[in-house]
Amino acid sequence: MHPAFSVIFFTVTSGAGYGLIAITAIYSAFDFSQPMTGEQTLLLSAVALVLITSGLISSTFHLANPKNAWRAFSRVRTSWLAREGLLAILFYPIVMLYVYLVWRGVDASNSTAMTALALLTGVWAIVTVFSTGMIYASLKTIRQWNNALTPVNYISLGLMLGGLLFSLLLSLSGDVSANLTMVASYMVVIAATIKIVYFFWIGAPAGPTINTATSFTSRTVRLLDVGHTAGTFLTDEFGYQVARDRLVALRWVAMVLGFILPSLIVWFGLGEGDNTLMLAAAVISAFAGVAVERWLFFAEARHVVNLYHGAQQC
Amino acid sequence: MKLGLVVDLDTCVGCNACAVACKQWNTSGTTGPLTDLEPYGKDPTGVWFNRIRNYELGDYPENKTVHFPMSCMHCEDAACVTVCPTGASYKREEDGIVLVDQDKCMGCNLCAWACPYGARELDPEEGVMKKCTLCVDRIYDEALPEDERQPACVMTCPAHARFFGDFDDPNSEVSRLSRERGGEHLMPELGYKPVNTYLPPRNKTNIPTYKNETNPIEKVKDWVNRLVAR
Ligand code: SF4
Ligand code: SF4
Ligand code: SF4
Repeated sequence: MHPAFSVIFFTVTSGAGYGLIAITAIYSAFDFSQPMTGEQTLLLSAVALVLITSGLISSTFHLANPKNAWRAFSRVRTSWLAREGLLAILFYPIVMLYVYLVWRGVDASNSTAMTALALLTGVWAIVTVFSTGMIYASLKTIRQWNNALTPVNYISLGLMLGGLLFSLLLSLSGDVSANLTMVASYMVVIAATIKIVYFFWIGAPAGPTINTATSFTSRTVRLLDVGHTAGTFLTDEFGYQVARDRLVALRWVAMVLGFILPSLIVWFGLGEGDNTLMLAAAVISAFAGVAVERWLFFAEARHVVNLYHGAQQC
Repeated sequence: MKLGLVVDLDTCVGCNACAVACKQWNTSGTTGPLTDLEPYGKDPTGVWFNRIRNYELGDYPENKTVHFPMSCMHCEDAACVTVCPTGASYKREEDGIVLVDQDKCMGCNLCAWACPYGARELDPEEGVMKKCTLCVDRIYDEALPEDERQPACVMTCPAHARFFGDFDDPNSEVSRLSRERGGEHLMPELGYKPVNTYLPPRNKTNIPTYKNETNPIEKVKDWVNRLVAR
């Protein structure tokens, strides 16, 4: 699949934003050993909202006819894209109410109604990321996406980026306990594990073949002529292909930048005193790694229409 | 009704007349134009509802060339419709035709991603999705003589390799043909239940191949023959 920049930017930034707000809101709902101040909660929520909103705006750039984007909530009954749009829009009044009450000084850890609102905000954010993943997972035409790991990946990577940002922003606005950054690094480990399972899961070609695509199941089938002299919408959109060794190299780049480096920084790089710079390095590295991961998510996906353009199996 | 096409892969000669007739009819039809980009440039490209590909089946000497036209299959379980967030893509209750409402589409491409058969193409100029309409603006047009109320591609095919009709009616030509000739669906394992049906090529006798004779008498005969011919 052609990796469109606007979609990569959208899924990475808004995923991180939803992850950050989910962790912030849920954390604020309980009375942990290192409680956040009201200002800290506001700062974290504001950063999350900037990430979410810039991501959502970027997602409209890949529409060929954005003036009809307002219709995108019409088919909530069947379409995951419509569901995602609706969840993303309805999230705003909820998170705005939450932020407003924090600003007014209501403490989520000792007011039941506020606890409920904080939890609702957090869970809503995660469900929104889930629905983003389901847009891809629901496509039977793309074997690499059509499995349960896809939405799990989106959620775990969003929470991972959110967790690292959470530590960084707390450290920026005061100080963050070693335990909290340690929890963020656990999220990195979980996200990495899920991604590794995904890479193995999509490993060997196992989808439809040129034989079932043409109905000639008992003979060899070879494409002689694709019938067009220049590219078409179909080859532009689905024909994107990268050499195998480059894909493997990029998988390593994603693993190192996205998971290995941030974990090493948290485990061995942090010392007494101010760790803001180190945490910033971990966050930047993780964002770069997840951007490469997202690029690969598209570049490695093989749509079955390629069977009509010469592929033997997808 | 379950309207759709039968394509006879035995008689299709790969002339592309159906694709051209489709383009000609539909470019001024309900979902037209079928925009072309750089039609006289180096890399001409554009929207087509029907594309023909050519395949080789089997290995020599049991091989065969097959021409393979593909347009929308008007699937019974059309994921292109269910994924569409705007409601622009829809499947008609009454006859099963899958259409795109050009006024509602936002050009998100998701329906094209959901279609296994490459039947949907985005018009880059208008920013909306386009696809085969089963010539909905021909088949119900009472101004046309009754035998012309057929899709443009079916009407034009010089090899009579395309048939249009109702698969819900067991006595229709399309139902009879697909029953008698063992009609097949493409990629049935994905579960889209495509309506369009493909008739497989009939079995042909093998191409006779030259056998190298080692019999000495034959060799002498051969030599004499060549001598006489000179
Ligand atoms: S062939 Fe493609 S566009 Fe046509 S109904 Fe089936 S899934 Fe939809
Ligand atoms: S491109 Fe248009 S028809 Fe296709 S899913 Fe998007 S809005 Fe629906
Ligand atoms: S039925 Fe009509 S729109 Fe569809 S391929 Fe044939 S000519 Fe084109």
